[in-house]
Amino acid sequence: MANIRRKPTITSYVPGTILFLFALISIIITIGIAVILIRESYLFFNDPEVDLWGFLTGKQWQPMINKFGILPLLNATFTTSIIAMMLGIPVGLCVAVYLSEYASDKTRAILKPVLEVLAGIPTIVYGYFALTFMTPMLRGIFGEGVVEIYNTASAGLVIGILVLPMIATMAEDAIGSVPKELRLAAYALGGTKLETTFKVIIPAALSGLSATFLLSLSRAIGETMIVALAAGAGPKLTANPFEAAETITGYIVRISGGDVSYNSVDYNSIFALGLVLFVITFTLNLVSRKISQKFHQEYD
Amino acid sequence: MRKTTLFGSQTEIELAIKQRKQKGFVGQVIFIAATILAVLFLMLLLLSVLDSVFGYMVVRNEIEPSKFVPGTNFTQEFSREDLERVAEEHLSSGILRRVIHEKPISDRSDKDLIHIIDQYIIKPKVLRTWGLWDSVTKQEAIEAFVQENEGAQMVFRSWISPSFITSDQSADPLQAGIRTALLGSLWIILITFLVAFPIGVGAAIYLEEYAQDNRLNRILQLNIFNLSAVPSIIYGLLGLAVFVRAMEPITSGSMLLGFSDNTANGRTILSGGLTLALLVLPIIIINTQEALKAIPDSLRMSAFGVGATKWQTIWYHVLPASIDRILTGTILALSRALGETAPLVVIGASTFISVDPTGIFSKFTTLPIQIYQWSARPQGAYRNIAAAAIVSLLILLLVMNSAAIHMRNKITKKKRLL
Repeated sequence: MANIRRKPTITSYVPGTILFLFALISIIITIGIAVILIRESYLFFNDPEVDLWGFLTGKQWQPMINKFGILPLLNATFTTSIIAMMLGIPVGLCVAVYLSEYASDKTRAILKPVLEVLAGIPTIVYGYFALTFMTPMLRGIFGEGVVEIYNTASAGLVIGILVLPMIATMAEDAIGSVPKELRLAAYALGGTKLETTFKVIIPAALSGLSATFLLSLSRAIGETMIVALAAGAGPKLTANPFEAAETITGYIVRISGGDVSYNSVDYNSIFALGLVLFVITFTLNLVSRKISQKFHQEYD
Repeated sequence: MRKTTLFGSQTEIELAIKQRKQKGFVGQVIFIAATILAVLFLMLLLLSVLDSVFGYMVVRNEIEPSKFVPGTNFTQEFSREDLERVAEEHLSSGILRRVIHEKPISDRSDKDLIHIIDQYIIKPKVLRTWGLWDSVTKQEAIEAFVQENEGAQMVFRSWISPSFITSDQSADPLQAGIRTALLGSLWIILITFLVAFPIGVGAAIYLEEYAQDNRLNRILQLNIFNLSAVPSIIYGLLGLAVFVRAMEPITSGSMLLGFSDNTANGRTILSGGLTLALLVLPIIIINTQEALKAIPDSLRMSAFGVGATKWQTIWYHVLPASIDRILTGTILALSRALGETAPLVVIGASTFISVDPTGIFSKFTTLPIQIYQWSARPQGAYRNIAAAAIVSLLILLLVMNSAAIHMRNKITKKKRLL
């Protein structure tokens, strides 16, 4: 009788090994990003005109006169992101609550695709919307003397609309994964729908929701085309959201879109800014991921 | 009879319940209002784009067409004989010689001749444009504007048109089109698909079918989730440093072809496609993993049961069963790539080219970049063609997504049969 229990041959390991190498590419990309950003940033900080302390605390970003202070760019980035969160989080959360607690199946079947469409529209279209609709509207409401043609408020609000479907979808997932028993127990105690939602479900889903908010903040900070079109060119340290100010991403796009020569300080500076952006967003993503993993453990 | 309970008197309780119900009602109204607001945003977004695609524009011609053919207002109204006659008689000799050298006038199409006559003789200039809403509601203001400007005339124009799709780029918004950008986008997507699809699916198969639950694989998984949330502009910086600079001999084609298009400097379709491939790779991996997770283990077990090897099980059973889901996920990832602007601007896509891309080593521009360029200009007519380009992009995305939804429906049908 032939031996039907064949030993695994070398060739049987081939597919698995090749596929493992494919999976390894994702690690290589991450390392590649880190290495490139750090290497070019090193060149930037090695420049005699630049010092790390001045970079982190300087209030002026004017490469022309060798002023490389990141604060104006960082300030604009956070202004747009905070405005975005102020619109995106409450509205997104309300939509999520409506979808998971109030809406009938029929309404959900209509609303979910609408959110998907909203999420699938390219950001450049949102940029156009900020420039041709939001800015004129803000200027109409607050007066043309108050609101500049390019301003961070308009960009921020539109980023808020951009992250809204993402917040709504993820928050709905978080709310939906709260065990049914909690909800039913609250109803049994005589809680109204609103009380159940705010006193039981949202606290229970809080870690999932905070993961959502962190991820959407990271998305807002990294958003580029909306701010490139609507927030204005030229770094400026201002607390007024109706003034033009350039964000980190806006600056990177403007500089790299022009003809910048390799190995110039300008060229290296966009990598240093990229590194700052990468560190901020990567940390936010990582924390968000950790929180949501812990959250899933709680209820699994 | 009045009862007093732990919670107060009956009237107090009734009042409290009423208040709580009212609060609940207010809450519900707020939730619905927020949802309506979200839908409203989508409508506004689409309407504000559509509004700019159609509407009146006021143009002034340098020379009126009626000068050549009495009674006409537009070159489009000229007869064939008139077109040929006007072109031959009124083009300056230098331009006429060049035009004839490219292609004799009698061989040119009507559209071609209209284009030439408009460009060199009539020279229409857009003074101002209005959106669809203003065109309907502010007709008098527009007419007043026409009166103010001598020789101006108002024309209702659809900025999106067949010739807008097929024309190449031009500095004149009346002549400009998106053919070059559209072809650039399609080329880039092709490269992105060819690179990211096999690697992404392969990596997903490893993670779902082969990987054991150990530290390395957990890091791989966490890393993929993190990568999917890295801002796209960072991928642009990666592409700029790696594909455009470090790998320039390969991406500019000089290594392969022995020569290169000197002006491209590695800023080619290949570089752009590879950059976007890295960008969508994590998305494809995650989507494919979801597809593989949906395949019941019983399928794998029965394949093993009849003696199939691991690879045979995957190749002949798991993949065929999940391929439509995988493709749906891939299409969604590719539509993300299609709308991506920032990384391609960073790696240095061309801002103005009117030469169609001929291969992977060509310079390129894409639809979103074109929209960015046009939106950023302050003159009115550029806003209109930006809107028209947005509509073209959205239609393209709609086609891709309908394909994905169609496939999704096919899956549900198939499942019902099982």
